[in-house]
Amino acid sequence: MEQWRRRFLARSTAAVLLPWLGSGLVLPGRVLAAEWQRNAFTSRQVAEALKAYGTPTPQEVRDILIQAPEIAENGGKVDVEITVNVPGARSLAVFADRNPFPMCLSLDFAPNVQPYARMQLKLAESTRLRAVVKAADGKAYVAFREIKVTLGGCAA
Amino acid sequence: MAESIKIRAAQQGEWTEIRILMRHPMENGLRKNEAGQVLPAHFIQTFQVLHNSKVLIDGQLNTSVSRDPLFAFRARGIKVGDKLAVSWLDNQGVQRSDEISAS
Repeated sequence: MEQWRRRFLARSTAAVLLPWLGSGLVLPGRVLAAEWQRNAFTSRQVAEALKAYGTPTPQEVRDILIQAPEIAENGGKVDVEITVNVPGARSLAVFADRNPFPMCLSLDFAPNVQPYARMQLKLAESTRLRAVVKAADGKAYVAFREIKVTLGGCAA
Repeated sequence: MAESIKIRAAQQGEWTEIRILMRHPMENGLRKNEAGQVLPAHFIQTFQVLHNSKVLIDGQLNTSVSRDPLFAFRARGIKVGDKLAVSWLDNQGVQRSDEISAS
C-alpha cells in the first residue's frame, strides 16, 4: 500500500498533465485544468484534509442542504444530493470523516452553473458527511449530516 | 479502451439538468482479489464539463466515489444544439472525452 502510494504520488503530476497534451483539450495559451489536489485527497484525517483544501475552519451555515439516506444499506453506493444557497458559492467539496481518505471530491462551478450536485459515494462505515463551500468573498462554509452505514463500502 | 461517457441534458425552463455517467471501476487500491492480491488503485482523478468549449464544471475525485460515477448538475443558458462535452482522466493516464448536442 505505502509503496504503491509513493510510486503513484511520484508519478501523478506528469501522469495528470501529459496525456492532455495534443488531445485538443489543452490548447496553448489556455488555462490548464487544476492539478489533482494530492495533499488534500491523500490526507487520512479530516482536519488535515480540510487544511490542505484551504478551508481549515469553515463557518457552519444552514444554507447548504445535504440530502442523503439516514441509513445506507450499501456503503458502496450512497446517493448524496447537495444544494448550496450561500451567495457567491463557487466551489463545493465533500468529506466523509471516517473514510480512510476523508476527502471524496471537489467541484468548481462556472457562474452559470447552480452550486448543486447529485453524486454517489462509498462510505466505509457510519460517518459524518461534510459539505464545504468556498464563496466569492473568500470565506468558507460547511454543513454536516450523519449517515449510518449497515454494510461498508469495501473500505471506501 | 475506456467506455463512452453517457451525457443527458434535460431542459427545465431556463435551467438544464445535465446527467453524466462515466463508466469506470474506481478501484480504491485497498481491495484484494480471490487470490489475495491487492487490486491496484484505478480511479478517475479529474473531469471537466464543457459547454461550447467553455468550462462549466471542473471536478476532482478520490477513490471514494462509487464505481461508474454518476453526477447531476444544473446550468443556465444552454440552448438546443449547443455542444456539451465531458472529459475525464484517471490515475493511470487513461482518458476519455465524449460530446453531445443538447436537444
